[in-house]
Amino acid sequence: MAEPTITLNVTRYRPEKDRAPTTQTYVVPYRQDWVVLDALNHIKDQLDGTLSYRWSCRMGVCGSCGMMVNGTPKLTCAAFLRDYYPQEIRVEPLVNFPIIRDLVIDMTDFMEKLKRVKPWIIRKEEKSVSAGEYLQTPAELEAFHQFTQCINCMLCYAACPVYGLEPKFLGPAAIALGYRYNMDSRDQGKDQREILGNHDGIWDCTFVGECSVVCPKHVDPAAAIQRSKVDVTKDWFQSILMPWGQR
Amino acid sequence: MSVVGPDPGKLYHRKMPATWWLTNPSYFLFMLRELSSVFIALFLVVYLCQIYQLSQGPDAYTAFTQKLSSPGWILFHFVALLFALYHSITWFQSSAVVLPLRIGERAVSRSIVLALHVAAWLIVSVIVLVLFLALKS
Repeated sequence: MAEPTITLNVTRYRPEKDRAPTTQTYVVPYRQDWVVLDALNHIKDQLDGTLSYRWSCRMGVCGSCGMMVNGTPKLTCAAFLRDYYPQEIRVEPLVNFPIIRDLVIDMTDFMEKLKRVKPWIIRKEEKSVSAGEYLQTPAELEAFHQFTQCINCMLCYAACPVYGLEPKFLGPAAIALGYRYNMDSRDQGKDQREILGNHDGIWDCTFVGECSVVCPKHVDPAAAIQRSKVDVTKDWFQSILMPWGQR
Repeated sequence: MSVVGPDPGKLYHRKMPATWWLTNPSYFLFMLRELSSVFIALFLVVYLCQIYQLSQGPDAYTAFTQKLSSPGWILFHFVALLFALYHSITWFQSSAVVLPLRIGERAVSRSIVLALHVAAWLIVSVIVLVLFLALKS
């Protein structure tokens, strides 16, 4: 009996010869335990070595293999062929980002935005190493733990129509990470992350909510953004009503 | 050290189609939620006009309410009501996301927060209805 197969329609863009992306069709063996990334690796190894895409860990940790699978942003290492078989699968580079080649997108904008929210612990005065750790209770950790799970896969940017329409928008993952550090009891750098409260920060978000739906790590960036809105509003009212209470 | 990045001239930029909100049911529901505010605003304008007519005397008020009883206006109010209900539900859903509730060390699930909001909304609606009927009779 012939081995079952599945068809992948893959976006190709070779800047040295293509003016615009095209679609190339590949027929690969269908295996129940294969994910879309396995199919791409089969294409690369057996059918067409010129196909370019990013991947690394194959286990949902590195965040490299995000692509549009049938129009939805997914980690291709977690998108099983069996969920689509026998239908054809459309594989495209993440939307809302420029394409460098084939399925590889340019992430420069995201990396720049990530830096701007200063996603690291800022102290007014650093303790010396000999003074010991900055201690934290389990409840204090719980307040931000879910937002530490971000793997920078950028699926949330591909799912966000606001980012697609307004590229200046800081975007879901960067805001979630800024919020994560603002909520960290060890951090004292909230006033250095004012960018979160700017127009291109949280206030650009109209709460479509799709960023949280596609997030493979259940970070829920939409919640981080909405809660940041409440925090910034509270801080603003406090500064108006109790100006003497400013730090 | 210079940073080597992709050649900007060779990047391909895709345009977001004007029909982006038809590509995903979530986007469509989001647009409906945004559109709901238009209908709620229109309803409020009509309501303000009605209150203004009240100040113009009983004849003006009666003439205005008679206009509102035409099929077109009834249809408008029915559509506005549907949008208001949808807007209210999405508001409560958002509230459950924005205001995480904890009892002791345990987080209360969003569906319970949503259910509490809806229950409070129904209770207030019944009180308003009872007051309205009491005042009318």
